[in-house]
Amino acid sequence: MIAFNHVTKSFSEDNIAVKDVNLTVEKGHIVVLLGPSGCGKTTLLRMVNRLESISNGEIMINNKNSMELDAIELRRNIGYVIQSNGLFPNMTIEDNVMIVPDLLGWSKQKKRERFTYLMKLIGLDAQDYRKRYPHELSGGQQQRIGVIRALAADPPVMLMDEPFGALDPIIREKIQDEFLQIQREVKKTILFVSHDIDEAIKMADKIVLMRDGEIMQYDTPSEMLAHPKNEYVSKFFGKDRALKSLSLHTVKNLQDIIGLAPIDATIRDTKTIHVHQDLRTTLSMLMNQEADQVVVTNDQDENIGSITIDHVQKYLHFEIKGELSVSQEG
Amino acid sequence: MNSKKLIAYSVRLVLYALVILFFGWIIKNHYFDYIFSESSTFLVLMRQHIELVVVSSVIAIIIAIPAGILITRPKFRKAEWVVSIIVNFLQTIPNLAVLALMISVLGIGFKTAVFALFLYSILPIFRNTVAGLDSIDKNLIDAAKGMGMKPSQILFRIELPNAVYSILAGVRTAVVLNIGTAALAYVIGGGGLGVWIFTGIQLFDNGYLLSGAIPVTLLAILADYLLRKLENVLVPKGSRREANT
Repeated sequence: MIAFNHVTKSFSEDNIAVKDVNLTVEKGHIVVLLGPSGCGKTTLLRMVNRLESISNGEIMINNKNSMELDAIELRRNIGYVIQSNGLFPNMTIEDNVMIVPDLLGWSKQKKRERFTYLMKLIGLDAQDYRKRYPHELSGGQQQRIGVIRALAADPPVMLMDEPFGALDPIIREKIQDEFLQIQREVKKTILFVSHDIDEAIKMADKIVLMRDGEIMQYDTPSEMLAHPKNEYVSKFFGKDRALKSLSLHTVKNLQDIIGLAPIDATIRDTKTIHVHQDLRTTLSMLMNQEADQVVVTNDQDENIGSITIDHVQKYLHFEIKGELSVSQEG
Repeated sequence: MNSKKLIAYSVRLVLYALVILFFGWIIKNHYFDYIFSESSTFLVLMRQHIELVVVSSVIAIIIAIPAGILITRPKFRKAEWVVSIIVNFLQTIPNLAVLALMISVLGIGFKTAVFALFLYSILPIFRNTVAGLDSIDKNLIDAAKGMGMKPSQILFRIELPNAVYSILAGVRTAVVLNIGTAALAYVIGGGGLGVWIFTGIQLFDNGYLLSGAIPVTLLAILADYLLRKLENVLVPKGSRREANT
């Protein structure tokens, strides 16, 4: 869907932001560009919709060279979300969301329908918010509006530049979940810039880890955590990368591979966790001593077994080493 | 909070009382009689005064706002400091000196006065236009560009609506200043209410002086009021709160 072929961006002779990047983003994937500030991730993103020029190489979008397309046309077909939401204070919420459809000359009727549909996606009442102005909304709501504004004309590709970076952690997590939900429905090809490792692991189908304008590794989050290609990658994800990788796996994954423990009916202090929740949450519950036993429930709310720290550890070993060798006796 | 309100309230009361006393004093001394006994002259002077202000302000607006827009375009950005220096320099010349200089070039009369007033109105309007456009969050422009807006669409849909508060403030400053300065037009035969003010000064006649000066003051207050009303119409609802805080 998006292919970078030997893409280079140099601002001056010794200021090279992006060095010979080769990268293919598959259709319907979220690819997160991850790295410290100044690593060239934002520049790389902005080259796609030509907000930055390309010094060398080419970017192919849907097998078309981006430089051969009209810049204005190109941008209208690419959703763009920025960190500071970029909502226009002089326009109502509806006008803000419908900017690109308006530029494309949609009818009033079509715009209204689309607006209602998009507002439903983020759980806001279209009628209620139509005539309001951005400053009347909370930060989280503004950012949601920013996201659906990028989706307004149903572009196949979306560029998101740290879209949730300015939100507080609780709201950020909620909006991330919500966005993944939306993505399951709309299946856009998304380039997503982030400097937050947890966010990258959570959102990405694949992560591009960058440093000084070069790609260090391009892989799925679990692969990158389990098998970092070099020193830099393993350092970047830190010593707790095994722990981080737990958020990629659900209780279901663990159950499928090593099964669950029986429920100990004598323990009274019990908490339950749903089978589709991730193992990082499960482990936190166990470690925080919120309960002596965590009981797993399925979709029918039936208790199907319990989970222990040993279980999680065993599973982790299996994931990283690919074997079930350790502490078989437990 | 309450004591603050009380102070503000009493200050206002005192001011109102002073104004009423002042007008009472004027009326008692028959200082306003000229307005009624020579009403045709008064109306002519008033009309001249308003014409001086309106013509010079309109020309200033027509020139300064587009100049401000032009100079904030990326292409001309580099020339901003040159233009700013020139405009600032114009403002530093005392207004009497401008009038005197203009006489030597344009002769005396209405046109010269309009030109001098025009020069004086450029700076506040130009400066506020540039400041208003500059103060727009760069992220907004980035977002607009990224969504595929053309430069002209960005200007008219995003930049100007969000800068209109600042631009109007500049226009208001210029017009109010202009109304006062226009009284000097008398010096070069430009007419206006300055005729009565200066006559009053020369003849030690409070009647002429006040019959000229008070209408000029009221005109300035009225213009300020009307332009503030215009703000409510032109400034988009969404950016109003931002502009006020």
